[in-house]
Amino acid sequence: MNPSFIIRRLFQLILIVAGVSVVVFFMLRMIPGDPAQLLLGELASPGELASLREQLGLNRSLPVQYWIFVKNMLMGDFGFSIRTGTPVIQEILPRLMATIELSAAGMLIATVFGILAGVMSAVYKNSMIDYTAMLSALVGVSVPVFWLGLMMIYVFSVHFQLLPMMGRMDLAVERFPITGLVLVDALLHLDFAAFKDGCLHLVMPAITLSTIPMAIIARITRSSMLEVLNQDYIRTARAKGMEERVVILRHALGNAFLPIVTVLGINMGLLLGGAVLTETIFSWPGLGRFVVDSLMGRDYNAVQACILIFAVLMALINLMVDLLYAFLDPRIRVNED
Amino acid sequence: MKKYLSAFFALLMLVPSLSMAGSDTLIWGRGGDSVMLDLAQATDGESIKAGIQIFENLVKFGNDSMDVEPQLAESWDVSKDGLTWTFHLRKGVKFHDGTDFNAQAVYDSFARIIDKEHPFYGYGKWKYLSLSLQYVTAIKIIDDHTVSLTTQMPYAPLINNLALWLCPILSPKAMAEYKDQIGMHLVGTGPFKFVKWVKDDHIILVRNDAYWAGAPKLEKIIIKSIPETSTRMMALQSGAIDIADDLDPDAITLVKKTPNLVVKENASVNVGYIAMNTSKPYLADPRVRQAISHAVDKNMLIQTLFQGLAIPAKNPFAPSIWSYNDEIVPYDYDPAKAKALLKEAGFDMAREIELWAMPVSRAYMPDPVKTAELVQAYLAAVGIKCKIVRHDWGTYLQKTGNGEHDLCMLGWLGGNADPDNFLYGLLSADTANIPGASNVAIWKNAEFTDLVKKAQKTFDKAQRTEYYKQAQVIAHDQAPWLPIAHTKVVRCFNKSVQDIPLRPNGLNSFEMVWKK
Repeated sequence: MNPSFIIRRLFQLILIVAGVSVVVFFMLRMIPGDPAQLLLGELASPGELASLREQLGLNRSLPVQYWIFVKNMLMGDFGFSIRTGTPVIQEILPRLMATIELSAAGMLIATVFGILAGVMSAVYKNSMIDYTAMLSALVGVSVPVFWLGLMMIYVFSVHFQLLPMMGRMDLAVERFPITGLVLVDALLHLDFAAFKDGCLHLVMPAITLSTIPMAIIARITRSSMLEVLNQDYIRTARAKGMEERVVILRHALGNAFLPIVTVLGINMGLLLGGAVLTETIFSWPGLGRFVVDSLMGRDYNAVQACILIFAVLMALINLMVDLLYAFLDPRIRVNED
Repeated sequence: MKKYLSAFFALLMLVPSLSMAGSDTLIWGRGGDSVMLDLAQATDGESIKAGIQIFENLVKFGNDSMDVEPQLAESWDVSKDGLTWTFHLRKGVKFHDGTDFNAQAVYDSFARIIDKEHPFYGYGKWKYLSLSLQYVTAIKIIDDHTVSLTTQMPYAPLINNLALWLCPILSPKAMAEYKDQIGMHLVGTGPFKFVKWVKDDHIILVRNDAYWAGAPKLEKIIIKSIPETSTRMMALQSGAIDIADDLDPDAITLVKKTPNLVVKENASVNVGYIAMNTSKPYLADPRVRQAISHAVDKNMLIQTLFQGLAIPAKNPFAPSIWSYNDEIVPYDYDPAKAKALLKEAGFDMAREIELWAMPVSRAYMPDPVKTAELVQAYLAAVGIKCKIVRHDWGTYLQKTGNGEHDLCMLGWLGGNADPDNFLYGLLSADTANIPGASNVAIWKNAEFTDLVKKAQKTFDKAQRTEYYKQAQVIAHDQAPWLPIAHTKVVRCFNKSVQDIPLRPNGLNSFEMVWKK
């Protein structure tokens, strides 16, 4: 891997974050609604409003507020949440870890089953397997997340009482966060009962979250595989008498992977920011809901920090996708230099 | 690889599962998380629900009523000039950190809110001064167990304010130690001790064995945020939680039909209303406002949109609050009379007026948009053309405070259950000044304002009641508001939970609750 490529990309990342910070900062303040008014509610006297605005620093001019925001941000200080009075970073970190855990689990399920379904469909093109997989994909894209989540809760938690319906962990258990990821923490503590409990809590939300990306991945894998399977080198490989499994997995899938990786990257980014519905249904204390609540409360500091974090994550995921390209297809490396 | 994976999962199956909560743990599900648990800084109900398990005040409201009772103060008296309140504090009370509750604790807890020189002042944002200690000018420690408060004018509602969540007594040691992080390190004298708070997830409280009124029966309370109503309902049905708050009327109907679940109801202290902007020339004539009052069928609104979980309102505050004037005859639903009044007042039928619909639902207005649509239809039936206008909540409050609307929907939960909170706060001329008017009818009636201000300075409850009853007559005749409903407070829980209290404001400490 060429280090100058990574350095250049990291430099771009700084530009992106700077751009996002300007856009977010000013757009937030263009939305009508006064944070002080929202905090104080229906009955607040003008005096109370004015003094709260002063305490929150909202009476200063916008460029001054932006300057203070940037200066503090560069020192790693995102300020205090306007709603809760706690440092924003303390509010965000635990929730970010919850969202990452859920998205990663969702993405894992989506990737494994999506690619499997896509490969099977392509290999057994126009068979019952293909039709079933693609019909499921169609259903997967179109089924409302809300309905699916509630149905699963009804069936597996209320009716059969097999799976817990909410949260990340049994409430009776004291959690000692190390990384903030329940499963990882449980393993680090060698607490297998907690690990199992964490897995059981994760199953339904992760499946609910995975349906849409799974369906997309399955369809992309299928079309990409179909294209590759028609190539000359596949025929050559088969003609050489290579085992079909090796042909499919190494020669075909390996080469069909580029578009799949792109879709994986985009979907991982989407899941991080778009898990709000799943988080709401399963009472998952993630960042998605926090952003929505903060936005409704015009909690400028919290929203700014969240959006910036999403922007950085999205950019990092893109960088990883590009690096994966180079790893998967040596020709890309040559072009980049 | 496959072999290892299957072995791993097989092993996991052998691991014993975690146990569910025992019978002395109460799991309490609700729609949202708390925002700020230092109650002196809190402005939302979810924070208060959790916080009042931990903190106590000098005085409190009754368990099922809004009558003020002693809590950390055993008794109090007011000086002849009405300016000085002396509180005699309970002895032998300890904070959760083991320190003594005494006059110094009361001083520090209050001075941090109003005294800019106090070392703890800068550690918080004291938002609702007008509902807490606004008129208090001095706090004096008389001895270790006696404290006096001096007000700048005789102010009778002070005692109700002191019972509000905004005046909690905290451990001075904790306030000095945790400074502006006090909101995550809560040390009070209440029946339950704070253990931890996982934001947007749950709050854990444990029994305070040294509680001055005897240790509570529950060992532990877990307050769990379950934002989706259907999930919360299913959790209650399946026994995963013991109490489910904030259910919608459909779910409440279902709970009533489920054998192992119970619904408890009480009259609330809130009011939902439509304010008519009297500063607009075409709404200035009381006859026009009376006509609008006659045009709307409140009973129908309550049956359809509140699903029966409310009573129709005729006064600005609910019958659960003292001095409610029940002799007032409400405006009946009478479109013919409404038309006649409009004609008499010479209302311009060609004019289209704006009806502002709240963008958020509140207990006092569960479905604001449908309410607006129904009211629009009722007004059309008497010939008033009306357009529904919507803004987001922050903008809505700002613009209604500027008096930009014609008719607007709003409501109020009178936390301190003092008539002053409604009549002075929402309808006096003092609060009708734009911008930032809380009297959004922009109604400036000198006689009414004079009565409610006199009542503020009167300590004889019978005399105060008389002033408030007269004020309600004026508010009814002049009709700056179309009061719609007072909703009931409702708590849904499993049958195994016993002695659940339900105060008209829905906020209770659970020291007496136990599970079968």
